[in-house]
Amino acid sequence: MCSRNHWLRLAAMTAGLILVFAAFPGDQTAYGQDEIRIGNTNPYSGPASSYGTIGRAIGFYFNKVNDEGGINGRKINYISYDDGYSPPRTVEQIRKLVEQDRVHLLFQTLGTPTNSAIHKYVNKKKIPHLFVATGATKWGNPKEYPWTMGWQPNYQTVSKIFAQYVIENVPGARIGILYQNDDYGKDYLYGFKAGLAEGIERAGLTGDQAPRIVMEQSYEVTDPTIDSQIINLKTSGANVFFNISIPKFAAQAIKRIKAIGWDPLHIINDVSTSIDAVLRPAGLENAIGLISAQYIKDPASPEWADDPGMIDFLKFMDKYVPAESRNPAFTVYAYSVSQTLVYVLERCGDDLSRENIMRQAANIRNLELPMLLPGIKINTGPDDFYPIEQMQMQRFDGEKWVRFGDLLSAG
Amino acid sequence: MVTSTVTPKTIKSPAARTAWLNGRYPRVAAMAVVLVVAASLPLVMSDYRLFQFTLAYIYAIALLGLNLLIGYNGQFSLGHGAFFAIGAYTTAIMIDRWDIGYGWTIIAAGAICLVVGFLFGIPALRIEGMYLALATLALALATPQFLKYHLFEGWTGGVQGIVIDKPEAPFGLPLNPDQWLYFFTLAILLLAFVLGWNLVRGRTGRALVAIRDHRIAAQSMGINTALYKSLIFGVSALYTGVAGALSAIVIQFVAPDSFTLFLSIFFVVGIVVGGLGSITGAIYGGFFIQFVPNIADAISQAAPWAIYGIFLIVFMLVMPLGIAGFLAILWHRLIMGRLASDGNEGHPTET
Repeated sequence: MCSRNHWLRLAAMTAGLILVFAAFPGDQTAYGQDEIRIGNTNPYSGPASSYGTIGRAIGFYFNKVNDEGGINGRKINYISYDDGYSPPRTVEQIRKLVEQDRVHLLFQTLGTPTNSAIHKYVNKKKIPHLFVATGATKWGNPKEYPWTMGWQPNYQTVSKIFAQYVIENVPGARIGILYQNDDYGKDYLYGFKAGLAEGIERAGLTGDQAPRIVMEQSYEVTDPTIDSQIINLKTSGANVFFNISIPKFAAQAIKRIKAIGWDPLHIINDVSTSIDAVLRPAGLENAIGLISAQYIKDPASPEWADDPGMIDFLKFMDKYVPAESRNPAFTVYAYSVSQTLVYVLERCGDDLSRENIMRQAANIRNLELPMLLPGIKINTGPDDFYPIEQMQMQRFDGEKWVRFGDLLSAG
Repeated sequence: MVTSTVTPKTIKSPAARTAWLNGRYPRVAAMAVVLVVAASLPLVMSDYRLFQFTLAYIYAIALLGLNLLIGYNGQFSLGHGAFFAIGAYTTAIMIDRWDIGYGWTIIAAGAICLVVGFLFGIPALRIEGMYLALATLALALATPQFLKYHLFEGWTGGVQGIVIDKPEAPFGLPLNPDQWLYFFTLAILLLAFVLGWNLVRGRTGRALVAIRDHRIAAQSMGINTALYKSLIFGVSALYTGVAGALSAIVIQFVAPDSFTLFLSIFFVVGIVVGGLGSITGAIYGGFFIQFVPNIADAISQAAPWAIYGIFLIVFMLVMPLGIAGFLAILWHRLIMGRLASDGNEGHPTET
């Protein structure tokens, strides 16, 4: 008589399986008074997984903060999930962080498409979405999205700084531009044009004195090379080359320009200034005279050897960052952005409501950080959701970047 | 249930019992239990869990389509992420640009994918096996590029993608949007299953399997292989397109980065793990591709894909026929085991 119950058993098993899935991984309860829950998504797998170093480095820094007693006596509970740089998974993981883990805030969620996918959701839910890890300009829009804030100099700010440099240093420049055909490239391009127009008007330049763009060339991130674009730009007669490209193409361009005997003033965007990833593959001798801008101290540069900020940073690297995760450029970035958040949370005192966290984040006055270039100050306000807006120009001398001139800011 | 005239109480011999257990009645009953459980989940689960289950169901619909093509017809596709993307973008553009009701956009997405899939199926007739896999791989690689292409940017939003609003429950139903979308997706999943079942159980299904197993023999029996093959490509794309449309509505966002090559690969992983040539396998596969990456992430953030790979290897070693095949064997063993312990003599006969 029992055998007829088999199908019931199988059905029960299936149902059980569903419930096991439902319960795994375990749900977390609401947060306690003695901790601050910080939610994050990073690509630990997938095509952009090299960026995952940033998400891990943030965790290492929070370990240090906790070892030193936490923030106002509260420990940081940093919850970081893998989204594989896939927007649907970001939505899923952010919902988990908000609805299940009940984080106080979201911090440094990485990527432009991934943050775009959750932009509306977090603002509807009124969750502080702080210091997102992307340089797109759209994160500083407090009127429509009062809960989302960027951190690094956004692409348009950087671009305007470059435009200003050209206006001041190359009278009557003929500018050729190479850009990546996506949001990043277009954001830069837009900022450069806007900066050029503003600068020309401010300086009252006319006719031959005013710099003008003689050619724009774009490439797709999947293109094998950019050789033909470089040749086109050379034939356009440009004497200034603004290079908006990611490391692989930046290296190609630096090499190619020398190979075809073109000698423009070469301005390279701050995305591609790494000596190891860009300049060395291109040939250091080819990179002499390259111009760019920077806001952060480069651990590879000898000029900071005795700098107290750098010494502390290297101590942190030694003690908290395992050898396989040591990527100096990403770690400096993670270190500094985490310090910014810690500053905000310290100023929140005992009021960790989401409103207060956002209020403090939008009320940073002249914050200087040990690993930002001397003099760079972080400022935010209810109408200013762009924390870092200053940079310094730098020129490559064949061995290292040499900074020159004053700090520049757009606007 | 209608066809089963024998009630359990009247079963006397072990053979008849086995026949009954292998028949339709217990399966239908099991389905009913699963359905009741599925329908009652919104009572016990958080909105976030429901959202995850909704995604698993959506993947199941896509996998069902892919399984019709690979499992039943033997045509290999590494490019179904492309149809998923076309479905998702059709819905997103129709909602975003023209403010059309999301229900209609799903029908449109299915129709467009049916046509595109059918058309792609025609040249695919000339290529088989690995070569077809490569041709479809190209489709998966090209799709994100096309979505970014500047001529289409006015429609697709380029790399920025399209954000759409979440639909509320209609008719004043006392459900929140997550609960409503859960039921909505569940209903479409059921419909997809019933239609899929009908398709593979009848003449069409036999023709498809015959083509898979021996194309020339099938042809000489009078089956129009060209028509069937391109048709099933279209139907398969339709299923995947409908799933894509649902995903756009549930996730409220589409962007080229949502539809990379990995999506297509995960689909293939899903049907193999779930069970090739099995309708229910699509459900297990859907749960696998939805939940296993999260479990892998929970185990190790240093190398989530390594953990994922281990899961995959273990699944394939333990269940070489997929989860569906494993459960079928288990089911069979349970019957045999019970019969043996009942002490009845004689062997159960196969039906």
